[in-house]
Amino acid sequence: MAVKLEIAGVSKHYPGHDGISVHALDGVSFGIEDGEFVSLLGPSGCGKSTLLHILAGFEAATAGRVVLDGRPISGPGADRGMVFQDYALFPWKTLIENVTFGLELRGMTRDERERIARDYIALVGLTGFENRFPHQLSGGMRQRCALARSVANSPEVLLMDEPLAAIDALTRNQLQEEILKVCAARDGVPRKTVVYVTHSIDEAVFLSDRIVVMTPRPGRILQVLEVPFGYPRTDATRLDSRFSPLVAEIWQTLKVHMVQAIDSGRN
Amino acid sequence: MTAETIVLPGAPPTGLGLPRWAQLMIVPVVLIAAWEALAQLGWINLIFFPAPSQIAISACKMIASGELLRHFADSLRRIAIANTVAIGIGVPLGFFMGLYRPFENLMDGIVNLVRPIPPLAWIPLAILWFGVGEKAVVFITSISAFFAILLNTIAGVRAVEKSLVRAALSLGATESVLIRKVILPATLPHLFTGFRIALGVSWMSIVAAELIAASSGLGFMISYYREVIRTDLILVGMLSIGVVGFLMDRGLIWLEGKLLPWRVRLEL
Ligand SMILES: Nc1ncnc2c1ncn2[C@@H]1O[C@H](COP(=O)(O)OP(=O)(O)O)[C@@H](O)[C@H]1O
Ligand SMILES: [Mg+2]
Repeated sequence: MAVKLEIAGVSKHYPGHDGISVHALDGVSFGIEDGEFVSLLGPSGCGKSTLLHILAGFEAATAGRVVLDGRPISGPGADRGMVFQDYALFPWKTLIENVTFGLELRGMTRDERERIARDYIALVGLTGFENRFPHQLSGGMRQRCALARSVANSPEVLLMDEPLAAIDALTRNQLQEEILKVCAARDGVPRKTVVYVTHSIDEAVFLSDRIVVMTPRPGRILQVLEVPFGYPRTDATRLDSRFSPLVAEIWQTLKVHMVQAIDSGRN
Repeated sequence: MTAETIVLPGAPPTGLGLPRWAQLMIVPVVLIAAWEALAQLGWINLIFFPAPSQIAISACKMIASGELLRHFADSLRRIAIANTVAIGIGVPLGFFMGLYRPFENLMDGIVNLVRPIPPLAWIPLAILWFGVGEKAVVFITSISAFFAILLNTIAGVRAVEKSLVRAALSLGATESVLIRKVILPATLPHLFTGFRIALGVSWMSIVAAELIAASSGLGFMISYYREVIRTDLILVGMLSIGVVGFLMDRGLIWLEGKLLPWRVRLEL
């Protein structure tokens, strides 16, 4: 498959208040293939959000390059959809107005954008709630709406920053399946390319084709793992005999590194 | 929009079983009754403390003669003009200052230097520049309204959540779309707060300005009846301001609820 998104030698320093700059990312390199679901996994502070923000164009890398479809990324754009932990829905817009926001900017007619929006609203199971305001929806419903808003805009790449971190555990399992459903190929639309940030090993294993395990101070790639399961994934995937050992293996790898970090007084 | 009130354990039940409007009336009614009783008994000087019944009669007469309404209309017109001017300048300026840091750095010094000057301190200059009358009063009133609107607009723009801006940019918003379709609506609640505060301070400064620099309006009316020692009419003027100020504030709250139904209002 073709490389969709190329991350080459990306480093990021944030200037600190007291002259001590924070080394958030150090020489991160990997490629993401078209239609691939890649998770960035690691403890908090390892630069996952920083990397995602560089991909989104909200931040510039201090060194290195990020290239999408052969073009260097130089700022935010509709070719990279973003899903945030805090939903970031426009509170003055109803659910359907949120979903049509990007479509309207593309100059679509009202009929056309509402048809597309209703399609995606149905896909995330929110039919009947089109005219609710975000504050009238539960957390899980808000994140479904945010997902629909991003995917309806048909971005080349979908970037998600811990979208389920604030969702209760039961709803989270359900939403993981829905994220996969929304990103899957369907009637002519190819499978989405996704970069998904999480600090949950289970979640990364359940969702991803590949997992990029990261460690902090400075943010580096520890290892890149292939997940052996095919799609679609269901509850049966979680019960697969290879699921728990893989989760345990990743945990052991991370734990060894985190203990080393404590021993060397860096944590 | 239900109000949640924190009730301390062991606190006596509130409200004596009365509806809220009735509870609000208890203290004023008791005070007015006591005042009336003291006046009727001749225990207070009626020249300085006219009986509530006397005030009510005077108020009715002033309303009937149209005098109260005329003064009220003059003040209201000045407030309307002053706030229109204040909004017209304060909102765009506040947006530019909130959005563009270099412009804010340029303006911040002068704004903070002029802002602490009380509107009343402008009266002498206003009279010299515009003469006694409409323009001077509007000028003074718009200064106080202007700063309330400017500061709340800047605060509103600053308070727009970063993730909303980022979400819009990732959905394809250009800078102009971002300002019109995201930052402006996100700032509206702060703008409303600014309008409410501006209206409140308008009433304070317009009365002061009319005391000195006008020959009509509620402020002028109060000052005029001081010269002829008609405390009942002074109190009629004062109470009118209280009632009108209260009603306008309620009106704005109502309007905000209608225009911004998405606004989740926390009330304690
Ligand atoms: N805007 C910023 N300014 C300064 N330091 C930052 C900023 N954003 C993140 N950092 C620092 O960079 C490091 C990586 O942060 P982040 O990318 O948010 O990690 P993660 O998302 O994995 O928790 C942390 O040490 C964090 O404090
Ligand atoms: Mg993060």
